[in-house]
Amino acid sequence: MTTPQPGMGQTVEVGVAETKPSRLLPRRASKSRAVQAIARHAVTIAIVIIMLYPVIWMVDNSFKPNAFVGRTLLPLQGPFTLKNYISGLTPRASLNIGVSFLNSFIIGVLSVIGNLFACSLVGYAFGRLEFAGKRILFTILIGMLLLPYQVTIVPQYILFHQLGWLNTYLPLVVPKYLATDAFFVYLMVQFVRGLPRDLDEAARIDGCGDFGVFWRIILPLLSPAIATTATFTFIHAWNDFLGPRLYISDMNKYTVSQALVQFIDSTGQSSVGGLFAMATLSVIPLIGFFLATQRWLTEGIATTGFK
Amino acid sequence: MTVSAAAETPTVDVGAARAKVLQRRRRRSSFHAYLFLAPWFLGLILIVGGPMIASLALSFTRYDLLSPPVFVGLDNYIAIFTADPKFVKSVSATTLYTILAVPGILIISLLLALFLNRGMRGTGVYRTLFYIPYLLGGSVAISILWLQVWGQHGMFNQVLSWFGVTGQSWIGSPNTALYTVAILAIWTFGSTMVIFLAGLRQIPQTYYEAAEIDGAGKWQQFWAITFPNLTPIIFFNGLLTLVNALQSFTPAYVISGGTGSPASSLLLYTVYLYQQGFVNFSMGYASAMGWILVLALAVVAGLLFWSSKYWVFYGEDA
Repeated sequence: MTTPQPGMGQTVEVGVAETKPSRLLPRRASKSRAVQAIARHAVTIAIVIIMLYPVIWMVDNSFKPNAFVGRTLLPLQGPFTLKNYISGLTPRASLNIGVSFLNSFIIGVLSVIGNLFACSLVGYAFGRLEFAGKRILFTILIGMLLLPYQVTIVPQYILFHQLGWLNTYLPLVVPKYLATDAFFVYLMVQFVRGLPRDLDEAARIDGCGDFGVFWRIILPLLSPAIATTATFTFIHAWNDFLGPRLYISDMNKYTVSQALVQFIDSTGQSSVGGLFAMATLSVIPLIGFFLATQRWLTEGIATTGFK
Repeated sequence: MTVSAAAETPTVDVGAARAKVLQRRRRRSSFHAYLFLAPWFLGLILIVGGPMIASLALSFTRYDLLSPPVFVGLDNYIAIFTADPKFVKSVSATTLYTILAVPGILIISLLLALFLNRGMRGTGVYRTLFYIPYLLGGSVAISILWLQVWGQHGMFNQVLSWFGVTGQSWIGSPNTALYTVAILAIWTFGSTMVIFLAGLRQIPQTYYEAAEIDGAGKWQQFWAITFPNLTPIIFFNGLLTLVNALQSFTPAYVISGGTGSPASSLLLYTVYLYQQGFVNFSMGYASAMGWILVLALAVVAGLLFWSSKYWVFYGEDA
């Protein structure tokens, strides 16, 4: 998906106090509370398992020979094989899935750098500085947040076509350097607004200008917002299919999403095991990136969104 | 006397320095702010605003990228509204999808947030696990998985077979295909749930204590305290979920092989716009569709904002 979805920024807040202050009223006997707690965990775990079961099922089946794929519901039955992974990753004339991972990774990293650069600068300006026309420009920013991309997609295509950028990653990456991901700009604005002003006032007395304050004071304090923006920019870039579908037609430049679709088209239902294997590989970076940055995402500063 | 004067002087100096700094800052700051905003201005003009205007202009033309655009007046709009059964199909599919997905996401995430908001141990771990579908939901990988889950011999039918029910191919039938895609959207409720959880934590516990002393039951507490305090978040989540639902592309495209089949049941607005613009190269037609969507969304969002006066509760404390 090319546009951000709700909630991504809000992970920032999750570190806020886990436990609630104790009640004034007397509690029920602690034994029944323990039973309640166990029941609550049991229900939660059951929901999690049902919710994640399709993914577990996919991973399990990716290790089975094709004749056994999808035959059973329960995991760890039937023979084990790595053939799906090996044959899926083996380069063929038309398609090299390994290379597509590298391509997606390049696009993801370049997108992250672009969004961090542009959104933090713009977030600082809206969150801290005073300037003529701020009110109306902020309204435009909120408008961009709600603007469906369908209305700009055709002229953008024509523009990039005329610039000769088809079959390059420029149409996918350059817009990130121009702060067009309004959600992340908004996230940064909200975050900067929430930072205490004492520090930048002090820095100004000590002779820092607007750039000094940004570089020395704001940027170091932005790390949770930076982690959030980086993570979700990467995830969206990695998952994006429409963008690459529009702009990349050279198979050597395919992204993972495109390579997977190509894989369906070329093998169809004959190799569901192979499809599952490649699909499994393709989601590992998503979960990995999320888990790696989660510590900062949950660092517990209430920013964004709804206030 | 002398002591207090000596003590005063530095204070005055700092104050003067501060005033000077602030004054200088005010003068420079508009210019500096524009420098910080420069990337955004460029993006606004080149990537968003300019293309929006171009799209409006193109919507009155016939343009296939190869020959120059031909002005056709309102022909595209007239054709869309009077002579295009596929447009009608795509609007009804998108409407049904939105009506299923948006309330589905909001209700499930709110219920689970309420359930999880009891200071349980390990809430952090559960939150992470509930978040995983959101990370994966937009990927091609999950669309591939969905084809296998809801197919004739798929996972879902295997579950049904335990109960002696022989299911059809849910994803291959025009009556049910869209529901499977809506379920995929609802499956990614985790991000919304996390926002609700954070919102629930911000409701002061004292409200509940007071209510309990007054003898209010759980149900009354929910409607008198929890729900009103959550309405700003429900509004925010609802708006963004709606915008996202209207922009959904990958699952419907991949599952239908790009065609919107079976029987155009998966022809979401975006998929149809893609077909018109980039398969048929009817760029004027696709531009008109883009503008119709923006106007429709503006009306719906406007109604939501207007209605928020009546149901969204902004408490006295910020």
